[in-house]
Amino acid sequence: MKTKNNRRSFLKNISLATFSTLALSGCNMKEIDEFLQGNFRELTPEEKDEIVKNLAEKYKKRYGKDFTVSDTPAMVGVLFGYALDISRCIGCRKCVTACVKENNQSRDPQIQWIQVLEMEKERGVDLHHSNINYDHEKVPEKGHFYFPVQCQQCRNPQCVTVCPAKATWQEKDGIVVVDYNWCIGCRYCMAACPYGARHFNWGEPSIPADEINTEVHYLGNRPRQKGVVEKCTFCVQRVREGKYPACVEICPVGARKFGNLLDPESEVRYILDNKRVLVLKQELNTQPKFYYYFG
Amino acid sequence: MKDNFLFKLKFSNFLFIIVFILFYSCSSSKEEDSHAIKDELVEFKKTKIVEEYAVDPPPFTDGIFPCNDCHAYQEPNSKRRELVEWHDDITFSHDSDNRWCLDCHDVIERDSLRLANGKKLDFKESYKLCGQCHGEKYRDWKVGVHGKRTGEWNGKKHYLLCVSCHNPHTPKFKKLKPDPAPMKQEDIKLVTKPVNKVSDEDKK
Repeated sequence: MKTKNNRRSFLKNISLATFSTLALSGCNMKEIDEFLQGNFRELTPEEKDEIVKNLAEKYKKRYGKDFTVSDTPAMVGVLFGYALDISRCIGCRKCVTACVKENNQSRDPQIQWIQVLEMEKERGVDLHHSNINYDHEKVPEKGHFYFPVQCQQCRNPQCVTVCPAKATWQEKDGIVVVDYNWCIGCRYCMAACPYGARHFNWGEPSIPADEINTEVHYLGNRPRQKGVVEKCTFCVQRVREGKYPACVEICPVGARKFGNLLDPESEVRYILDNKRVLVLKQELNTQPKFYYYFG
Repeated sequence: MKDNFLFKLKFSNFLFIIVFILFYSCSSSKEEDSHAIKDELVEFKKTKIVEEYAVDPPPFTDGIFPCNDCHAYQEPNSKRRELVEWHDDITFSHDSDNRWCLDCHDVIERDSLRLANGKKLDFKESYKLCGQCHGEKYRDWKVGVHGKRTGEWNGKKHYLLCVSCHNPHTPKFKKLKPDPAPMKQEDIKLVTKPVNKVSDEDKK
């Protein structure tokens, strides 16, 4: 039978189409809002609250758990600094595992914010001859030392300078953060970072629902999407609540120290004042707030 | 013609001045902004009082404490010797050429430790004993630089005792099994199958 293409059926179809479009757009209003969301630094507190609330709902749908999404701003009078004792690190990679869990990093494809380099004592700090794939029965291996590298939280961050979308910036407490909603995935920042500290989500990140950390920060460990860059944030969700970063808490040898660089009595300041300290790739003038020291 | 040229010159000068003024005002206001941020950063106020809490010392071996349960009935023997009947499970490698049990354990009051000057010490204060020789580590530990601290970077901190990590009889830190190495680049596979490409398995 031949279908009629008369005026009546056209009107019927067009009204159906209009209704379904309306219904669809109703479903996706939040997604549209998210798409049209302004730069995080220009949002009003009310807008931020709304965004954070919507994100919590979205994550609950996806992972079936209640999320606490925070947007806690930097504390006044705080500049975060980190110190790592190279003479003490044994290369056990406990920090890597703790970081992956705390910060909801994708398990497959694998993303790890901390890389532990194994170096030969004879060569000293020599990145070209370092090895991240070491697989010994027990560590430390004789004749080797270990050099964990993560975001150095530069005072002069080149990743921020090159970002064409202004999707990454340095907060007042010195943490370099990424707004995953604004990141366009161009990976200029990855090219600019001399420490390999930024990681790209080449695939849709996968995290088992029972391992997801539900205490998240908008600028930190909230679940990411495919096509955005992520990096260490000194566990912004923890440190802005006063807690130590996850890697500091887990380190079995106490090689990792963290604190306020502006507080003369803090642990990091004691290290800067009393220990032999070095920064990685000092010649590049990135001015890291991540110090390596010999305890 | 000439007038016209002069006018052009004047006009361009005028434009230049205006642009210069604009630029200058912009740059000076920027400078002020950056100063404001700097001042805010430098101003530091201690808001929280740092409190410190020791975690409990590690437990003794089962049935070993109090020492007086056995030692109260024994004649103290301060002669340096190898222990064969009891405590022979303890490996002692802590400057064993020059030291032995009674350099740290009190010969009379068995349930306490002793400093080099003879002062008795509770087992909970063992760090003072360690600090006699390891002065630099002791100093660093007191300010939270040697050893592990957990809790809050600006508030409550929990610290471990020397003996929580170092066995006092064999103090060298034990080797650990490392967590798995990161995936090698050549082993990384795409999670989603490439579109328009039928794999051999699918064909079967």
